[in-house]
Formats: sequence, structure tokens, C-alpha cells
Amino acid sequence: MNDSIYRSHVLVCTGTGCVSSGAKNLKTTLEEELADKDLSSEIKIVETGCHGFCEKGPIMIVYPEGVFYCEVSEDDVAEVVEEHLLKGRTVERLLFREPMTEEQIPSYKDIDFYKKQQRIALANCGKIDPEDIDEYIALGGYEAAGEVLTNMSSQEVIDEIKNSGLRGRGGGGFPTGLKWQFAKNSDSDKKYVICNADEGDPGAFMDRSILEGDPHKVIEGMLIAAYAIGADEGYVYVRAEYPLAITRLEKAIEDSEKYGLLGDNIFSSGFNFKLHIKKGAGAFVCGEETALMASIEGKRGMPTPRPPYPAVRGLFGKPTNINNVETLANIPFIITEGSDEFSKIGTENSSGTKVFALTGKINNTGLVEVPMGTTLKEVIYEIGGGLGAGKKFKAVQTGGPSGGCLPEKYLDLPIDYDSLLDAGTMMGSGGMVVMDEDSCMVDVARFFLNFTQSESCGKCTPCREGTKRMLEILNRITSGDGKDGDIELLEELGHHIKSTSLCGLGQSAPNPVLSTIRYFRDEYEAHIHDDNCPAGVCKELSSAYVIDEEACIGCGKCAKVCPVDAISGEIKSAFVIDADICIACGACEPECPVDAISQG
Amino acid sequence: MSKVKLTIDGQKIEVDADSSILDAAKEIGVDIPVLCYHPDLTLHGACRVCVVEDEESGNLLASCATPVADGMNINTRSQKARKARRKNVELLLANHPNDCLGCDRNGQCELQDITHALGIQPEDVDRISGEERVFELDTVGPALKRDPNKCILCGRCVRICEEVQGVSALQFTQRGFNSIVTTAFDLPQAEINCANCGQCATVCPVGAITEMSEIEKVWAALEDDDKHVVVQTAPSIQATLGEEFGYEPGTVVTNKMVAALRRIGFDKVFSTDFAADLTILEEGSEFLKKINGEGELPHITSCCPGWVKYAEHNFPDLLKHLSSAKSPMQMFSALSKTYYPHQAGVEDEKIYTVAIMPCTAKKFEKEREEINSTRFQDTDAVLTTRELARMIKEMGINFNSLPEEEFDQLMGESTGAGAIFGTTGGVAEAAARTVKEKLTGEPLERLNLGFRGVNSAEVNIGDRTVTVAIANGLGNAEKLLEKVRAGECDFDFIEIMACPHGCVGGGGQPRPATNEKKDKRADGLKKIDDESFIRKSHENPQIIKLYKEFLGEPLGGESHHLLHTTYKERPKN
Repeated sequence: MNDSIYRSHVLVCTGTGCVSSGAKNLKTTLEEELADKDLSSEIKIVETGCHGFCEKGPIMIVYPEGVFYCEVSEDDVAEVVEEHLLKGRTVERLLFREPMTEEQIPSYKDIDFYKKQQRIALANCGKIDPEDIDEYIALGGYEAAGEVLTNMSSQEVIDEIKNSGLRGRGGGGFPTGLKWQFAKNSDSDKKYVICNADEGDPGAFMDRSILEGDPHKVIEGMLIAAYAIGADEGYVYVRAEYPLAITRLEKAIEDSEKYGLLGDNIFSSGFNFKLHIKKGAGAFVCGEETALMASIEGKRGMPTPRPPYPAVRGLFGKPTNINNVETLANIPFIITEGSDEFSKIGTENSSGTKVFALTGKINNTGLVEVPMGTTLKEVIYEIGGGLGAGKKFKAVQTGGPSGGCLPEKYLDLPIDYDSLLDAGTMMGSGGMVVMDEDSCMVDVARFFLNFTQSESCGKCTPCREGTKRMLEILNRITSGDGKDGDIELLEELGHHIKSTSLCGLGQSAPNPVLSTIRYFRDEYEAHIHDDNCPAGVCKELSSAYVIDEEACIGCGKCAKVCPVDAISGEIKSAFVIDADICIACGACEPECPVDAISQG
Repeated sequence: MSKVKLTIDGQKIEVDADSSILDAAKEIGVDIPVLCYHPDLTLHGACRVCVVEDEESGNLLASCATPVADGMNINTRSQKARKARRKNVELLLANHPNDCLGCDRNGQCELQDITHALGIQPEDVDRISGEERVFELDTVGPALKRDPNKCILCGRCVRICEEVQGVSALQFTQRGFNSIVTTAFDLPQAEINCANCGQCATVCPVGAITEMSEIEKVWAALEDDDKHVVVQTAPSIQATLGEEFGYEPGTVVTNKMVAALRRIGFDKVFSTDFAADLTILEEGSEFLKKINGEGELPHITSCCPGWVKYAEHNFPDLLKHLSSAKSPMQMFSALSKTYYPHQAGVEDEKIYTVAIMPCTAKKFEKEREEINSTRFQDTDAVLTTRELARMIKEMGINFNSLPEEEFDQLMGESTGAGAIFGTTGGVAEAAARTVKEKLTGEPLERLNLGFRGVNSAEVNIGDRTVTVAIANGLGNAEKLLEKVRAGECDFDFIEIMACPHGCVGGGGQPRPATNEKKDKRADGLKKIDDESFIRKSHENPQIIKLYKEFLGEPLGGESHHLLHTTYKERPKN
């Protein structure tokens, strides 16, 4: 441990998002600049996990002031060092600007994106160096495990989790305490705990961020779960596409073993726990418990019928408890703060917080953690900063590819497991995609169904064959060949697939289609009966653009942006669009300085 | 077993707690349709054709995979359940060639039966039709043919190959709509470690896996005036062929079968049972030499071609223990082109030998180069029980009303010992009878080895105790041989049959096959043995005549040339 006292800490986010926008080079440049100015012993650079505001990366926070700089480039480093670190003056141009008010906000905690959030699972992400176990411990890490292993019986632990009301954050929403109880009740010489980090929803990255930003919290959660059910061995099943998460997890396991927090006789309690990492090859279906276990066993990742449930016969035929990353990251808080404290957060049937990956046609995209019961409107408008200028909200899709789309009338819906289900969507693992008037709901449904269809394991008939037929119908509709009865056939197949599929993938795959038919049936009808895509997304339904010869001034700007060279003409004389070549992408329309272009 | 009370279709019923809804429904006379379910394999729960409605929740449950629970109220007949079943079958049909007329399984197809039973019409399928899979057929090998376009992905073949045979030649690959059952790297089945046992073909509910047919070849030979067509029928056929004509499994139809073969036009109808007796004399003599210190024990049988190929791939180190005696089929064929023309005064080049076998691996065995001892290919064609049945039907022969006829003489006489070659334990028992009596003059009591798994027995031969073990199913064989390899067991004689139950469970036998049926077929062969006038191979008068007039002594020069073979190591992949 380094005992030096620094006058300032500069936190550089090195989550996957910020790394891809240049955080590593930023950090190197900063190191060089500090060395140059002879400040290395006064100012400490800390690499942290994800802050969640990836869109604004690379992110840098300077403490003790807590000044939040965003979109910082290598070229900005010299100025930050000179102005802020030497002269104490904030570099205003790098501050975050609220999208609605244009106001510059210097402090991290005053930004709307953060101030409406309540962080439990993400509490340490962006705050500590995830590769330094001492930082985790300094913030109370492994206190919960210590308490559990030395002062609590396994049943007391389970009762505490039950009392907290915690439900599975991976999508199912099954009460975690009850799941643990089932696994504890199974009599066996060997049991396993598994952390499901096979995060597969497109756009969702909360599990990755937790593993990258606070791996010890997940390990501590697993340790407590293992003690509660009587397991001495565990696996983190994480996709190989998450190399940074794997590296940090490996380091965390290694350090925990060194500190005696994993291995034999932990906290001198006589309790042993060995933890392994199993890298998955990225099949979406391996997020399903039985498929995940098959994958760990080296078999094809294919679900098997339940019962038997994993708590009775799981990994290698032994009782097994499987929890999602975010679920496990809530465990230490429940133990240290108490289940009553936890259940005060959120709603009666959905306690605690939930992390969402907020994305789509919204100003502030990123990871947000909010108390259950927060309304969609609060998340979208207050945290997310609303939609782009002049754009109208159309729908929000929750629950990942298996979730549903909700229209404007649901904006006041409180986000909890049951309300979302009643409205025809689901919590899922926390994907939240906001759509505006430019989104075609048939196309959106097609996009998600295309994903689940190609990720189906192919085992059961309805999912393998049925989703393919639904996709074919959607392809037909979006390419202008829809016919009478297609909507009804989609509904018939959708309900059939939901009610007869073997696993959760098939049982939820039709949701995007069924929910869009439920709330946006008129859009389907417009495609089928009027050969019209109201959002103008489905190109084959859109007619070619035309140039008003009278109005055209012959500037040629339109021709420059046309991706298919459909526009021709002489400068200073009227241009024309070849309707046979035009793909109706609309790129030319905003380029025209005299509004001479319109769709025919 | 504790009991569970539930209601099915309004009827209260009490069943064993480990029953599935499917089992429970069967008890009250309700047969829920199934496709992926097979009573002898693990649960798969994939086809979703067996769904029933839970009256409490309104949920649809896969009845094969859902255990019964106290107080359950199940409706197997609700409109919701029936519609869902239909829809799943329609979905399968929408991605199926539906070229039933030209399909090997036409009239015997589980998918076709269910389609008919559920009243599905072509327009129901047309409504949801779209892209169909297009895969190449695998027709490379002599034994098995795979048509992945017909596959409904029920996984029965995958499971039997993995769970029962321990070979895992077939697996699911790809995802979603592109899913397919195939071999590693899509190699032809003939180029991998497949034993050609054909168990996959016996459980396939549709026409996706079946034997490579040789029917046309045989018709051509029968039509050819220059050919003298000789047929031999394997021991098990007489107890299984009847199933193709509506008889109960295990019904012995030997004499009707002979009559049918004559009407088809075979010039001579002989019995492979005769050659089974011959095998016992050769192999028994070989074993006697080994127990007298000439050669290594254990002695392992080699009459099953599926087992032999499996051993060549997986246990090359044990090949030296395999009997060098050819299988009865190949012994018969060698004699059919040497001894028979000599005795019957027919030119040997005119002889065309057809073997009716319970087996797909026999089609491969006849193609082995080292197996031929005559100037010709010893066996010209191998037909499975199923192929023979099809020929009988094609000829318009009313099998049930055929008279009872006897095999032709010279190579048609057999003993009870020869008959039981067709079931697991039969070879061991037949060998023990001859060996014991030859050494001590005392008759052998029944060994009573079980039909399933690995079994063993001790036989007292004079002052020596001979230990005998049998295994049927390659998965069981593997377990037994791993012990032999590790030196953990001390058997003198080991009989191995690739197929569960031995040849009565062969890959060429009538479909669909279950263990229950195979038990009955085996009982049929035991019955033949019990009722046989002669029950020991060495007492077969035609065998005695054969040695006296043609072969000389067992293991002698002529015997060695015509009746013994060699084996070779094959890659394990």
C-alpha cells in the first residue's frame, strides 16, 4: 500500500466505454504531463470502473472538488493540469452542459443524470480502483462477508435476504431469498453457486460495468450466497467478449485468495469457497440457467426441461444456485445496512434499485441506477435529459430483445416487475431503448425478433420454427408485401410460441411483436393496407424524392450526399433525382438550402 | 414408491410419484401424441407436441417432461391443448419436404400418423409456409443414409448414440432455424467413428435416417436368368419379421418367412442359424485352445460387425483378443460360393448370395476387403428385416395366409443354439454348451444371463471354472472393456453385441423399437431354443456332414481359409 498523501486525486474512467473513446491514451498523457510539471508526488491518478455516462467519455473527475470533466481528449490534458491542478481554476469548456437548460454543471453530484440516481449495485463503480482490493475494503468491502461467516447462521442469512424482498435482476424477478432457500434445503454432499454474467441483451452492459468497476462486490455476494446454501465451489459464467471484466475479475479472485477471503477456512470460520471463471462463447441462450450449466459442463448450450430445478439437480447433477451479477452486487448492502433499510427503497413488491442501460433517441445515454417505482418519465426526461430537439416521444422498449414497447400513455408507469408485466413488457435485465417519431414500430419489432430468432438454440419446435415464420411475415410487411390476415397470424403465432416454448427465450421472444401490435396496430395496418411506413423507415414502402425544378438553385449539395448517385445536374441549373435509383433514404432533403426537395 | 393423486380429463387417478403426466394419462387409456419422447431415452422436451392444459393456471405443459403433482388437474383434450399440438405439428410440416410418396417411412412415419390423427390439412401448413431448409443427403457409406431435410430435430438419434451407444457420432449444430443434426465437421457418417449399428435409424420417427437400400439390386439378380440366387436369414429375423405384418412382437414366423422367400423367387432358402452353429465350432475350438494356454484371454466374440468396427476405432489394443472366426453371415456366404455349388452342381460364378439381416452394419461388413475368401465378393447383398418386408409387400404376398414351409437342405438345418445367436447372451450360451460338453461330456444348464446391461456367469467345466461376461449396447461394452483394459476384471469369454438386446434390437429391425418389444423378441428366440429337437451346435447333422465332406477339422486349413478373418485399427475421431 502506498502511504503518500496526495493533495488531489484525478479519477480517470477506464471502463470499456471510455477506453474505446481514448481513456488509455488520456491517462498516459496525464502521467507524462504531471511528471513534466513535477506533480507526480502530489497528484494521484486513479483508474476507475464505469461511471455510466459512457456517451460523454472519456470521463475524468478531479477530487477533492469533485469536478466532472467529460469528453476529455489528450489535447486537453495540458490545460487541465495548468489551469485546474496548478492554478485551481475549473476548465469550463470541459464541463458537462445540461441538454435541456444548456447550463454548465461543474460538480458530479449536481448533474441531473446522476442526482436522480440511487446507487447500490453501482455504488463503487467509478469511485474506486477496481484492481485494488484495499480500496474496496476501505469502503467497507468484505464487512458483510465477515459478519455472515462469523456471526450468522445460514438460515439467518437467507431470512435476511428474504426479508429484503430482493428479486432476481437478470430478468425473471424470482425472489432471491426463496431461491437460496430451495438450494439450502436440497440435501447433498456438494453444491455450487453460479454467477450469471452471460449478459446478452443488445445494448445492455450493467453486468459488464459492475464486473469491471467493482468485481469484489460480486465475489463477496457469491461468498455470502455460497455460505447460505452450503456450497464450497462457484463459477462466474462470463462471456469471452468481456476481456476487461475477465481480467479484473481474475485479479480480484487472485487478491481475495491472497487475503484469505477465498479458499479454505475463510475468516477462520471453517468455511471454504473456491471460485472459478468460465468463459462463454457468447450464445444468448446461455443466459438461461439450464443452458448455462450445460455450457459449463462442456455440452451444447441448450436448455433442458424444468423441473428438475437447478436447486435440486443443477451443475454436474448437484444442487446449484444461480444469480445474476447485479443481484449479487446488492447482497453486501443488504447485510451491512440491513434488509429493512433495503426494502425501504423501491416499492412494496419490488424493493431496492434497478440498473438500466438507457439508450436510443435520448440526450443522455448510459447506465443509470434508480429506485424501483421511479416512473419511465423520470428516467427518460429527468435523468435521460429528454429526446433530441424537436423530436416527439413515441415508445420506450424495456426488457431487452424479449421485452415490449410501451407508448406515451405509459410514461407515468412506475418501473417495477409487476407493472411492466401488466403493461405487456418486462423488466428483463434492464435494457431501455427510447424511440421517437422517426422509429418504425414494425421495423423495431422485426429487429428484435431477428435477434431472438437467430439466437434461438433450435431445440424446441415453436421457438425454432415459429419465430422464423413470424420474422418472415414481418419482413414481408416491411418490404411492402404484407397481406390481409398477417397481423392476426402474427398474433396467433406469437401467443402460441409464448405458451408452448421450452425456455424463457421462446416464451418471451414474441413480446416485441405482440406489444407493438397492441399499441401501434395502426402502423402495421398502414404498412399492409396503405403501402406506407409512417416513420419513413421502411425504404421499400417509401416513394422516391423529387426536386422542384422551379425552386432549385442548382447548388448541387443534394447530389454530394446521395449515397447511390441518383441525383444529377449542372451547377446553377435544376438538378433531378432518378426515381429508379433513389432509395428514399432522405439524406438529400435537409441539405437543400431552399427546401426544393420533397418525397413524391 | 409414494403415490400422487391427480385428475386427468375429469378422472381421478393415483399414480407413482415419479410418473410424468404422459405416463399417468396412459394409465387411464389416453395416448397423448409424442415425437421427441422415447421410453428408453432421457427426456428432451423439444417437440412440444405432447402439451396438455393445466386447468388451474391455464398453462400448457409438456406432458412427457412434467412430473405429476398432488392435486393437479389436467385436461388433455381441451381445445387450447389440441390447437397448440396442431400448431406445433404444422410448424414442423412447414419445414419438412412432405414428399411422403417417395419416402422410406411412408405408412410407417410417426409424423405422418400424428398429422393424420390431428386432422391437419395442407392449407393449414400453407398458411405458415416459408423458407425450407436445404441440406445435402449423406449417401456415402454402404450402411446408412441420412436426409437432414426430413429431420424434425427430435434428438432421438443424438440421444441413443450418446446415451446408449456412447459413440456420439451425431450432434446438434448451428442455431435457430439453421439447426441440424450432423456429424463432426459434417463428414459423411461413413468417414467417422460411427459403428453403423443403425440404432439412430430404429428410433428416428421420420425418414431422416434409414438403411441404404439394396432392394433394387436384389430384384435385378432375381430377374437375371444367369444368376442362381441363394438367400440366408439371420436367427433373429424369424422372431421380428412378423411385426411388419401385424403379429405381436416375438411371434415366431420362421416357416411363413421361408414360404415368402420362395415366392419372391429365391432359388434356395437357407438359414444363417446353420452358420451360427458353424461359428460355434470354429470359435469354440479357438476358445478351447486359449484356455489351454495357446493365446490370450479373455476371448472376445466377433460376430457383430457393429462391435468389430467400434473396437477397431476405440479399442485397437484389444483387437488381438477378438475371435478370428468370421460372423455366421460371412461364413455362410463363403460356403455358398464353394461348398454349396460343389454339392449342388451349380457353377460358382452364377451364385448370388443375399443375406437377410437385422442389421445395418452387415451392409458395411460385406464390403470389407479382407472378409472375402472366394474368387468373388462373398456376400452380394444384405437386406434388413424392413427391406425384406417391403419386398414381400411389393410382391403382393399375403404373408399371414402363407403355408408353413421348411428351409432347404444342406445349409438349412439349425439348432436351438444357432437360434439364440439373435439375442444377447446367445453366443456365450451356445459356445458354453459345446465347449463344456466337448470337454466333459456333461450338458450345460441354462446360463440365464439377463437381457440388459452387463451380465456375467460362471460355468464349471470339469475342475475349471470359466467366467463368461456379456454386454449389449456399445455404451455397456465400453464400460466392460475399460475394466478389461485396466486389468480390473478376469473374464475368460466375453460376448459383445453392439445393439441393445443383441440382434433382436438391431438397426435393421422393424420400427419403432422399444426395450419392451425387444424383450418379447428375445423371448421368441428362447422359445425356439426350448422347443428345438437339437440344442447344441456340434450336434447339427449338416454341420457334421460339412466337416466330414468338405472342411475337415475346425481351425484346419480349409476352415482357416474360408471361415476366419483379420481386423485393423481405425482412427478414433
